[in-house]
Amino acid sequence: MNNTIETQKKNIIELKNITVRFDGETILDDMSLSIGDGEFVTLLGSSGCGKTTTLRIIAGFLDPDEGEVFFDSKNINGVPPYKREVNTIFQRYALFPNYNVFDNIAYGLRVRHVPEAEVKQRVQEMLTLVNLNGFEKRPITKLSGGQQQRVAIARALILRPKVLLLDEPLAALDLKLRKDMQNELKNIQKALGITFIFVTHDQEEALSMSDTVVVMNEGKIQQIGSPIDIYNEPENAFVADFIGESNILDGIMKKDLLASFSGRDFNCLDKGFEPNEPVDIVVRPEDVDIVGVNEGMLKGIVTSVTFRGVHFEIIVDIGGFKWMIQTTDEHRAGEEVGLYIEPDAIHVMKKSKYSGQFGDYSSYSDELDELNQLPDEEDEE
Amino acid sequence: MKKQSFLQRLLGAPYVLWAAIFIVVPLLIVVYYSFTDSAGNFTLENIKSLVDYKEIFWISIEYSLIATVITLIIAYPFAYIMSRKRESSQRIMMMLVMLPMWMNLLIRTYSWMNILEKNGIINNLLAGIGLEPLKMIGTPGAVIFGMIYNYLPYMILPIYSVMVKIDKSVLEAAEDLGSNSLSKLRRIIIPMSMPGVVSGITMVFVPSVSTFYISQKLGGKIMLVGDAIEKQIQSLYNYNLGAALSLVLMVMILLSMALMKKFAGEGDGNLYV
Repeated sequence: MNNTIETQKKNIIELKNITVRFDGETILDDMSLSIGDGEFVTLLGSSGCGKTTTLRIIAGFLDPDEGEVFFDSKNINGVPPYKREVNTIFQRYALFPNYNVFDNIAYGLRVRHVPEAEVKQRVQEMLTLVNLNGFEKRPITKLSGGQQQRVAIARALILRPKVLLLDEPLAALDLKLRKDMQNELKNIQKALGITFIFVTHDQEEALSMSDTVVVMNEGKIQQIGSPIDIYNEPENAFVADFIGESNILDGIMKKDLLASFSGRDFNCLDKGFEPNEPVDIVVRPEDVDIVGVNEGMLKGIVTSVTFRGVHFEIIVDIGGFKWMIQTTDEHRAGEEVGLYIEPDAIHVMKKSKYSGQFGDYSSYSDELDELNQLPDEEDEE
Repeated sequence: MKKQSFLQRLLGAPYVLWAAIFIVVPLLIVVYYSFTDSAGNFTLENIKSLVDYKEIFWISIEYSLIATVITLIIAYPFAYIMSRKRESSQRIMMMLVMLPMWMNLLIRTYSWMNILEKNGIINNLLAGIGLEPLKMIGTPGAVIFGMIYNYLPYMILPIYSVMVKIDKSVLEAAEDLGSNSLSKLRRIIIPMSMPGVVSGITMVFVPSVSTFYISQKLGGKIMLVGDAIEKQIQSLYNYNLGAALSLVLMVMILLSMALMKKFAGEGDGNLYV
């Protein structure tokens, strides 16, 4: 797999063959990653995938058991965090409770013995950047979650780091505030032009904010790409399942541009597979059209309908495999329908260790419950 | 302040009653005795005669201060290291700190008497290898040592309980923003652990300055305020002078506590996020 992010700019961070073990468990497994200067890169994965560990290695809180870390082409293995030109925004902000807003933001400059007049001016700039003018004297405990978040951003950015590391910074905020902060962070990143390395388990957040998404699982990078690539061209069944909803089916690539699954052949746009190679097929729920029973390529029976606001989520049983389909038309459970799938809606993937791990949508509600519990969990510590 | 309900006040009643009978009333009796003679007439003689005890007050404060400072120097790094250990190690270390406290203070001090005596364990050992015996018992060092030994846990526990609440990520944030170990200690750890230090100092200084048992058993002829009070009341039956000594000691302790509280007050209030 090509783990290098294609970019015109030079790489600011390079991780080469990083391995981290903890208590006999491999947290990061021979991981290599290059991050270009000025990029907004998101490390995406569920708890324990190694994303926070990756961040801690870049920050310097953790030394890898094997592998090298480069910053601006210089090896920084063993360089302590306080000598690295990266700053971190921590999961629960980690503000200094013994200081007020001003002193928190000024911390990094004061440690460096910057003249107090300059400290004052730069803190003011930061307060303006994060919209906290007038809050200088507030104790940290008297701030809301969103305001604490802003202080954390200002405190990290005042040192003008080349790279800002963000460890699930929005996880503790409510939905509305999270959306606002997503925009704000994106704007700050654009305005300052510095590299953001953002860790999240929230795929929607990753897709909407990043230039590049790095999907991780079990200490390995599963795929690197732009949000659109990751969504449209998942590399394997894990990525397809993790990002968005998908119907993942067993299939055979009969020849170039002809895939066979669900008991019939489909024209598709993929090629480059061996003749009759077994493959995984991904069809996104929104790419399936529901048509009359006799006009469809596949026939099935609607087993459940859920109204989701913008669309309906319909589960259709086709020969025992439950498909999920998103449509704005209303259908009733028990109705017999036909499915029509355009060639460009079919995405063919090589078989991987994840093949067959993700079933159909017959246990859909259970899966949703699991997903809903995820945000409360902590990462691999 | 939230207004307390009748029930809440009722629940507090037993303690209020307890405090009134066993704390407030005895204190008033101490004040009464301080300003009266044996016949019960008002007098300032007791207070005036305290001038003779200047020396005793002075060495009591001196020994207690030395003991408190040494206790702090031992306890602070220990509490920090303990608070950064993993939880299972923390429990073991805590056990080790608490273990001596499960034994009575008198018994502990007696054992030290045996160890430090002229013919005690240490001197026997020294004699065994042909060295001159050391005079340990009856020296200021032995008294101060006794204070440190007995009150060390009271310094470790409050400092530890504050330190353990310092979030690991707050320390990492300090490092991330450019602090090396020293600057982290100075700017974050010490200010954040100050309330623990203050209550530790109070909890070691107050019993040290008023002790009579430790000085009696380990100090030989050394006399501290506690001993002087004990002597007046137990041996000379001069309750009035004893009470006057107690009163001054109490005022001194209250003043030092108020001072400490003011000192701690600056960083307080925003400690527990």
